[in-house]
Amino acid sequence: MAGFDKVVSSYEEAMAGLTDDMTVIAGGFGLCGIPENLISEIKRKGTKGLTLVSNNCGVDDFGLGVLLIDRQIKKIVASYVGENAEFERQMMAGELEVELTPQGTLAEKMRAGGAGIPAFYTATGVGTPVAEGKDERTFNGRNYILEEAIVGDFAIVKAWKADRFGNLVFRKTARNFNPMAATAGKITVVEVEEIVEPGELDPDQIHTAGIYVDRLILGSFEKRIEQRTIRPSSAKGDK
Amino acid sequence: MALSREQIAQRVAQELQDGYYVNLGIGIPTLVANYIPDNMEVMLQSENGLLGMGQFPTEEEIDADLINAGKQTVTMAKGASIFDSAESFAMIRGGHVDLTVLGAFEVDVNGNIASYMIPGKLIKGMGGAMDLVAGADNIIVTMTHASKHGVSKLLSNCTLPLTGKSCIKKVLTDLAFIEIKEGKFHLLERAPGVSVEEIIKLTEGELVVTGDIPEMTF
Repeated sequence: MAGFDKVVSSYEEAMAGLTDDMTVIAGGFGLCGIPENLISEIKRKGTKGLTLVSNNCGVDDFGLGVLLIDRQIKKIVASYVGENAEFERQMMAGELEVELTPQGTLAEKMRAGGAGIPAFYTATGVGTPVAEGKDERTFNGRNYILEEAIVGDFAIVKAWKADRFGNLVFRKTARNFNPMAATAGKITVVEVEEIVEPGELDPDQIHTAGIYVDRLILGSFEKRIEQRTIRPSSAKGDK
Repeated sequence: MALSREQIAQRVAQELQDGYYVNLGIGIPTLVANYIPDNMEVMLQSENGLLGMGQFPTEEEIDADLINAGKQTVTMAKGASIFDSAESFAMIRGGHVDLTVLGAFEVDVNGNIASYMIPGKLIKGMGGAMDLVAGADNIIVTMTHASKHGVSKLLSNCTLPLTGKSCIKKVLTDLAFIEIKEGKFHLLERAPGVSVEEIIKLTEGELVVTGDIPEMTF
């Protein structure tokens, strides 16, 4: 690496420095836009005691779910989980700590973490179990709870395209949590489908600026589909 | 006769207005998309980062990078836009979405809603529901009026952990269309062939019935 060139050539190098008990923020929604190969590398390394922050936790054999098998996850902060049997088992057995966080609050926690804002007030969760133990304040006659930002030791991100400087472009709804995750890692690692030379991306079309990105790697992706819903080629209907 | 899932969706669709931005939850609310009147333009917001959700793709159109909040493959409607999750919830929390439709386990006379967790069973999480009920002003809850065993889900006090407090004003069940105000349920419409008495019997919270209650029309 030299100057602003963020490209690394191996997944080992991409995840170097990840050690036990760290916090990892991961982009993705369901199995869409997840950093598949970076997750595989964490599995290969066998890092344990991880706190994972991600909207979901994958399925049994794909996505973050693969880290459950070897008990690499100590705690998960997510809005919606339990799409896999092993997750359910570990959670019910008390082996896995789960901190359920409203989806918008989770996105904002990452955004705030990346922007140097330690906490923020939100109406989401007022009067619910989410509010327990949190500071509550009234602004303009409405109640809000204080939510703290999240910063990760690592953030793992999937983008579509990047230039060597780490400027990122996402594709369709695979964007989801990835841009916020990218800002909130002490070390942000991004894997992409295509790397181009600096200057080849239109600066107006860049979603995430390279300043947030520490390491960039070219990957190939399975892109598994969780719910394959289709309509017949000729019909107007919904299914 | 109690409404079918499709009929619930159809009745909700009558509440749509031209130019509405609408967020539809998973399950029955999703079906509302099938009943948008032809003469109306409605833009569907999917909280994973899509405004202008289209119909399901054909086999040829399937794209793993394009899903809705239910993780189903979808397409984009003309004029769609894509954004990240923080932006998506800025729309929701900022009160920019005109109508939100979502399901529930229970609602009560104070507009409280419980929809995400049954203690002792597997807890899957609230997803975006807490943000939606806290951020939206115009919410319709779709649900069955009572359990299979005849236990009311329209209560004086929710028994399950809440998704949101004092935020629900309209509930459409398989039996009735109900408004919540001043700490009471108010019966607005009944499902075709369902009597007011039947609805009263299956509503545990205080239900106000004023004058003749019209049947829903489709």
